[in-house]
Amino acid sequence: MRMITFFSKNSEAMFASLGQHIALVLIAVGLGMAIAIPSGVLLTRHKKIAPYFLALAGTVQTIPGLVMLGFALIIMGIGTLPALAVLTIYSILPILRNTYTGITEVQPAYKDAAKGIGMTKRQVLFKVELPLALPTIVSGIRISAVYIVSWATLAGMIGAGGLGDWIWTGLATYNTDYILAGAIPSAILAFAFSALIGLVQKLITPRGLRRNA
Amino acid sequence: MNELMTAIAEHLTIVAISMVFAAIIGIALGVFSYWKPRVGRYIIGIAEIIQTIPSLALLALLMIIFGLGDLTMGVALVLYALLPIIRNTYTSLTELPPYIIDAARGMGMSRQQRLVKVEIPLSIPMIFGGLKVALVNSLSIAVMGVLIGSGGLGYIIYRGIQQRNMDRILLGAIPVVVIALIFDWGMGKAEKRLQKHAR
Repeated sequence: MRMITFFSKNSEAMFASLGQHIALVLIAVGLGMAIAIPSGVLLTRHKKIAPYFLALAGTVQTIPGLVMLGFALIIMGIGTLPALAVLTIYSILPILRNTYTGITEVQPAYKDAAKGIGMTKRQVLFKVELPLALPTIVSGIRISAVYIVSWATLAGMIGAGGLGDWIWTGLATYNTDYILAGAIPSAILAFAFSALIGLVQKLITPRGLRRNA
Repeated sequence: MNELMTAIAEHLTIVAISMVFAAIIGIALGVFSYWKPRVGRYIIGIAEIIQTIPSLALLALLMIIFGLGDLTMGVALVLYALLPIIRNTYTSLTELPPYIIDAARGMGMSRQQRLVKVEIPLSIPMIFGGLKVALVNSLSIAVMGVLIGSGGLGYIIYRGIQQRNMDRILLGAIPVVVIALIFDWGMGKAEKRLQKHAR
């Protein structure tokens, strides 16, 4: 009951934080996609160096979030920008990896057929490889978005804003209301992103592939 | 140096204890999901939902219930570790070739005997793979323990952040990354060996 009064009293501020949080996630994942998808495509064209790049990206991913945020804090100071930089770095790997696997796993027969009807390399990429790899790429984006919702709460530590602020305040003052005000919406937001992108993934799967899946 | 060693020991201890619990609970739930697929779908669904909860949110929520300290961290680690273990156990058991199970049944084995003597031994490589993923994730998540009054390498890192001291952050961070990579590499090798052995 006390929680409900707290929530209704602070609903405006909570919605503002939710909006900030969503913006953080969308920008970070958007930038992550802009970096990771072209890089992933590029890696499929240079198969020899690809494993090293993927291993490097995987190593970056094992660096705990707290550490990256700490670095960003020291180098770039407090605020939204350093937080976004860290979030973007973390959003890259799942998308990069899935773009690479998705395109690599397109059956050679399709590519040969496309070449056979006279498509250029660029056409093969845009008309055959990317559409077929799209479900895998989107599943990478989904993993990434769920991660970033989580990392963004942590980024409250360096003044990113968003729902993390409430949790951090709650942890610092041992105040249950604040913790719940940040934790519950952020958990719901993570489910929502996961469910929504999952739906998109179903919709964009090419019709011919749906039956197998 | 002494401080670092203590922190590493604390870090590894809490991860190790949590992993033992996660393995027992996860494998048991995986087997249960295999025996009762209808309930199993919900078990895996719940584990998936837990996995989506942002780690800071889950830790803060657990802190409300369990208070400050190692117990809260341990519970969080177990919860996060469940999904890969349950899923791998379940997938491996369901994907065993039917003829093997038929053969075991034909020899008059009971359900428990089949599980212990045939199904689990054949599933070990994949269950091990699930444990690897769970362990490597846990090493990284355990860093956040400092926020809820648990020890480990997170303590050194967090102190470094508060003092704006890059060296101290690195002092805590490098062991975390190195240990995670060692486990990932070592258990990956072991997993491959188990796979070869199983064939």
